[in-house]
Parts: sequence; structure tokens; C-alpha cells
Amino acid sequence: MSVHSAAGGPVHIPSFGRASACITNNDLFCPEWVRDNWGSVLQPALVEHVKLTAIAVAIGFAIAFAAAVAARRHRILETPIGLVSAFLYTIPSLALFQLLVPVTGLSVTTVEIALVGYTLLVLFRNILAGFRSVPEEVLEAARGLGLRGRDILWRIELPLALPSIVAGLRIAVVTTVSLATLAAFIGQRSLGTPMFVALRDYFKTEIIAAGGLAVALALGADALLVVAQRLLQPWARARAAA
Amino acid sequence: MILLDSVGPGTFLDAVRFIGANGGLLWHKAVEQLALSGASMGVATAIAVPLGVLLGHLHRGSLLAIGVSNVGRALPSLAVIAIGISAFGIGFTNVLVALVVLAVPPILTNAYVAVDQVDPDAVEAARGMGMRERDVLLRVELPLALPLLFAGIRTATVYVVSTATIAAVAGGGGLGDIIVDQASYRFPGVLGAAICVAALALLADLAVGGLERLLRPRGLRRADGRAAALAPEPLGGQAAPGQ
Amino acid sequence: MAEDGRRRTATAAEIVFRDVTKRYPGRPAAAVQRLSLVVPAGDICVLVGPSGAGKTTAMKLVNRLIDLDEGDITIDGRSIRSLDATELRRGIGYVIQQIGLFPHMSVADNVAVVPRLLGWDKRRVRERVHELLELVGLDRADAGRYPAQLSGGQRQRVGLARALAADPPVMLMDEPFGALDPITRERLQDEFLRLHEIERKTVIFVTHDIDEAIKLGDRIAIFREGGVLAQYDTPDAVLARPADEFVARFVGADRGLKRLALRKLGEIELEAPNGLAAGAPVAGLHTTLRDALSLMLSEGAEQLVVVDERGEAAGVLSVGQVGRLLAGS
Repeated sequence: MSVHSAAGGPVHIPSFGRASACITNNDLFCPEWVRDNWGSVLQPALVEHVKLTAIAVAIGFAIAFAAAVAARRHRILETPIGLVSAFLYTIPSLALFQLLVPVTGLSVTTVEIALVGYTLLVLFRNILAGFRSVPEEVLEAARGLGLRGRDILWRIELPLALPSIVAGLRIAVVTTVSLATLAAFIGQRSLGTPMFVALRDYFKTEIIAAGGLAVALALGADALLVVAQRLLQPWARARAAA
Repeated sequence: MILLDSVGPGTFLDAVRFIGANGGLLWHKAVEQLALSGASMGVATAIAVPLGVLLGHLHRGSLLAIGVSNVGRALPSLAVIAIGISAFGIGFTNVLVALVVLAVPPILTNAYVAVDQVDPDAVEAARGMGMRERDVLLRVELPLALPLLFAGIRTATVYVVSTATIAAVAGGGGLGDIIVDQASYRFPGVLGAAICVAALALLADLAVGGLERLLRPRGLRRADGRAAALAPEPLGGQAAPGQ
Repeated sequence: MAEDGRRRTATAAEIVFRDVTKRYPGRPAAAVQRLSLVVPAGDICVLVGPSGAGKTTAMKLVNRLIDLDEGDITIDGRSIRSLDATELRRGIGYVIQQIGLFPHMSVADNVAVVPRLLGWDKRRVRERVHELLELVGLDRADAGRYPAQLSGGQRQRVGLARALAADPPVMLMDEPFGALDPITRERLQDEFLRLHEIERKTVIFVTHDIDEAIKLGDRIAIFREGGVLAQYDTPDAVLARPADEFVARFVGADRGLKRLALRKLGEIELEAPNGLAAGAPVAGLHTTLRDALSLMLSEGAEQLVVVDERGEAAGVLSVGQVGRLLAGS
């Protein structure tokens, strides 16, 4: 059966077996394709994507947090750390992925290094801003009462820095989900993989399914973080009610 | 196709040499990318600024503004471009639509918040003096809202210029054409084009900043653009790294 | 707590400043200059003076939020340098003007901070929190609320409770009522005095308000610019015999009247009631001499009848007598 794409030229139909009229005509969205290919194409891509994102954000957060804790006490560190992360940020990811390949190979590590690099700027800035937002008198009272530096960091500064930190996490998560789609360019499986494959053949359903999943993932993660923030801040709820 | 070229300190020099040797090509591609970005920003601004300013002036629709910001900020750019292609086919116009979709949220949100949060005392004084609503908006609210409004436009500009790199995947042209074509241009080319993208984004950022300074009324202290990017919500947040 | 009228006199400590000096680099004058004074255990010592006179610095030297350069400070004979700073602070109650309540903790958790740090068990902490909230005049229901839900006055009460929580022998208070409106301020001052009757600690209290100093202090220390102690004595003595021109100016030209405010009608010897007092104004035993004088002057009376709680005449006060009292002491 020969089918022509809108751009001209034959179209390869990715799934063999039932080729319904919907698929043959390359309609915008064919649910049966999604049903047939969920387990083989979409779900693995989704799972991989979630893993990539989670690892990148976790590592990025750990590094950014350590850097922010250091910078909060030694102000001179802020500019160099800020500059390094800002620099990493401006490199187009498609380029960075490719350039890392000779260094760390065609592997998850390559992708993770790039993804982590991109999260650093937002997380560092927001965590540091969160620390800075703690009112001076609260810190003074804490010291005056006899709380140790470490207690002050974990029990006072961190909870109060939460809004800023979560805001940074939201941006970082959402950006990472977006960038992880591009990781498919160097062969790393993610939701970008079906997108790239389908783009080659201009197969609409697959594009929309994968793209839609990516959008849903990003929005879902964002919403989850908002809920988490609200749960972690009972005092903010009280303030709103006051 | 990914070639396993080697990369080292020499690559950077090679990239610079590439830039020097291919000025014409890079210039051509850069112009393509700027044209796409400029057009997208133009459309997005034309849609988002009046809408946001109006809503902010009326102090209405905050949920809409915040919702749009949250959703829009989260959209994975490749997904939006790819879906756009599915719906509208390949080509300049269609990538433009996708970029507009991505650019509107930060501009809209910042426009709304900027006008909504203008010092209410100033606005009240203006009304009390007998100024017409239109003048209140144009002569008082808008000038005071300028810094934050422009922060949104700056964020969106950098975002769009960077994201336009992916447009290559969709046939939109630009420096992305070089970056995705390692086979033809090898690493020096990829890196060289990447450097150009970064430079382009930086120039665009400075240009918008310069424009803001021109338009800013005398006597207003400059709101730190960076501080705006840090604010948790609902302001645009960071532009996504060059894509 | 309450009705058994518990008095904790065991937990106050004597504070001694000995030739204490603090200099800041780059500034010609010292912030605190060879300060020597003794605060008896259980006393409220108010440090008062113009801005920049070093009174807050002097106070912060005690809990080592600022480290001294020369001299020493001892609490109950023990040098503050012999203890780890953090441990020292856990034994000192600290109250500041902006209060600094932890916004993310409930009132109860705020108050419980130091006891928990010291490892008290849960029941003891809970009891102490409830005891203190009652002591500072807060409702039990407030325990679960957050600082953002409280008024300024309530917040400062929590601040006080928090400072008292671990029953420290020493309290440092830096203009604690300065940010409150005058009515709340007066109420809190009165309550603080009442509290001090019950939880008798050694208090170092900083203020720039001479009237607050006179009202609260068992002794007041007047500082001159440059951290120099100008006079250290009871309020009445400072008002009666200011050490120099500066102190005289600082306490105000109406220091005579201020002295009158320190005494109540019930405390002095009254003249016997006589028949001339018909139509004279009346005042109770708790009225201050100052208010009594004011009453007489505004009514144009030479005399005033003093009555006791049952409303019976206890004696008579005359304007002349007031003058004689002032001049004589």
C-alpha cells in the first residue's frame, strides 16, 4: 500500500499489522495506533524520560544546594559560581550533547552531565535567594537563643527558603523535561525518540502522542511540586487565612 | 548521525577558525534565525502586551495570567514545535506559530503583573486629579510598569532566539541547520554555530535592554532584570537554555 | 501556675562588668569604654542613653553576640569566656525589638526551642509552654497559631515567653517594646514588672526612653556617647542628684516631677485629716505623688484628701508638703 505524505514522497508506516484508514490517511490523531504501540514505544520512552529528569534534577539540586550554602556564608563565591552556571546555560543543548559524546560516549552519562549543567543556574540562584530572604531579626534571635550554625541552616533557613527553592525546582524540572526530549538527537531514548522518528516520516499521530505525553509530564510534575509546597508550609496557609 | 570525532582544546580554536572561514554562511543563517525570532516576538508582543496591560489595568484575570504562565512555561519546546508541524505542516509560518505559543506566556504574565502592581497611590492620585482612564493607563501606569514589562520581553526574546535553533528540525532554518548537521560541518562547525547562537542570544538581550533604557522615563530607578527572573511566581522565570 | 504565687528567687545571677572595652576597627572612639558595673542578682538594670552610646553593644557583650576586647564579664562569678558561646546563650534569655519569631513555627514550637535544645522531655516542655503562655497573658488556643496570625503585642509576649522558657538566670532585652504603639507598650511594661515579681531574673534592659528606664529599672545606667558610663544608680538617686550636666539634660528638666511619679501616696507620711478639707479633691493610696499634685493644681486646691480601699479618709496631702518632700530627700 503506498501512501503519500503531504510533503510528497512515500510514508513508512511505523507499525505493521492493522493499517486503518486513519493511519493511511495520516490523520491528525489515531487512537488505535496509541493503543497498539503504548507498550512498545510510548511507555518505555516515558519511563526513560522520567528517569532522566529525576536523576538530573536530583544531582543538580545536590550540587546547587552545596554551592548555595557555601556562597551564603562567603559572599565572594557568588559571582564565580553564578558565572559558571550562566555560561553553561547559554550553550545550545543540541550542541552540548554532541560535544560531550567524544568525552563520555553515547551514554546516559553524557546526557545527564548536560542536563545537570542546565539546572545549576536556576537552582543555585533560587536557593541562594531563598536563604537571603530570611529576615535578619529571625537569624539574630536564633543566634541569641543559642542555636548552632548547623541547626540554624536546617531548622530555620531551609524551611523559610522553601518558596524560592520550590520555584527554582519547578523551573528546573520543567526545563529538564523539555531538554530531555532533545537528548534523542544523540540516540538517548526519551520521549524525544518517537518524536524524531515520526518527524522523519511526518507521522502525525506519533508526534502528537509523544509530544502530548511530554507536555503532560511537564505540567504534571509542575502541579505536583505546587501541591508539595503547600503541604510543606502550614504556616503559609495560616498566613493566608489570617 | 553522530560521528565519533574527537574533542579537545583544539576544537575550540577550530571552531573559531570555522567562524572566520564561514562568515558568510553563518551570517546568512544568523539572519534567518533572527528573522524567525523577530517575527515571532513581534506577533507574540502584539498579542500579549495589550492583553496583559489591559487585564492588569482592570485588575482582572489574575488566575488566567498565572495559569497561562504556569502552563506556558512548562511546555517542552520540541513538543510544541513538533505538534505544530503535525497540525500545520512544515515551514516558516508553522514554526513561527509554535514560537509564538512559547513566547506569549512570559510576556503576558509580566505585562499583567507589571501593570497590576503599579503603586496604587500613584494611580489613585492620577484619578483624583481628573485624568481620563486612558491617560491614567498611558501616562501613569505604563511608564511605571515599564521595567517589569520589559523584563518579560527580555526573557521571552532570549528564549525565542535560543529555541529557534531547534527550528532546523522543522525546516525553519537558522544556525540550527549547522548544529544538527555534524556530518557536514563536523565539531568545529557545531561548536562554532553554537557559539554564534549564544552570541546572538546575548546580543538580543542587550538590544532589548537598550530599548528599555531608551523608553524608560527619566527619574525611575532601574528594576533589576535579574531580580525579576528570580521571583518565584508568576514572572517568566529563566529562559530555557539554548535549544 | 498562678494562684500559689510561686516565686522563683533561686534562678537569678549576679552580673559583673569589669573594665570592659570594645573597639571597632577603623573607628577612633571605642564603642564601650572601660565599663565597670555590678548588677545584683534579681535586679532590673536598664542601660539608657542616646543613640550610638554603646548600650546595645554593652548588652550584646554579655551573651557574646559581640566579643569584647578588654576586661571581663562574669555571671555568678564565672567568666563568660569560660563557656562555649552557644552554651552560654542557651542560659541567657534574649529579646529583641523586632522580636524575630520563627515564622514557620507555631507559637508553642517557638517557645519550646531552647528547652528542646537542652533535651527536656516532651511532657516537661509541654507543661512549661502552657505555664509560660499563661504567664505572659496569652490564651491556650494561641499555642497552635502562627506568628503571622498574631498582633504586634501578642508577638512580643511570645518573644518574652520564648526567652523565659528554659528558666535562664539572666535576661537581655534590647528595646523590646520599642516597635509597639504607646498603649500596648505601657501594658507590656506593666505586665513585665508583674512577671518579674514572679520570675525574678537578673535583667539587662536597653532603651533610649528615659521614662521607660525610670519606670522599669531597679537601677539605671546612663551612657554617654563613646560608651562611657555617666551615672549608675537607682532612678530616684539619678533624678535627685544627676552626676553632671549631661545626665541632668538627659533625664530632663522636669526631673523633679519625674521623681514624684516614683512614689505613691500610700508610701509617705500624710498629715492628719482636718476639717479644712471640705470640697478638696480625693485620691486613693495607689495614686502617685505626681498625679496627686497634678490633680491639686488643676482644681486649684491647696489640699487633697487621701482615701484607703474602703473609701475612708487616711490623711491629707498639701502642695507645700509635696515641695518639702522633694527638697528634703
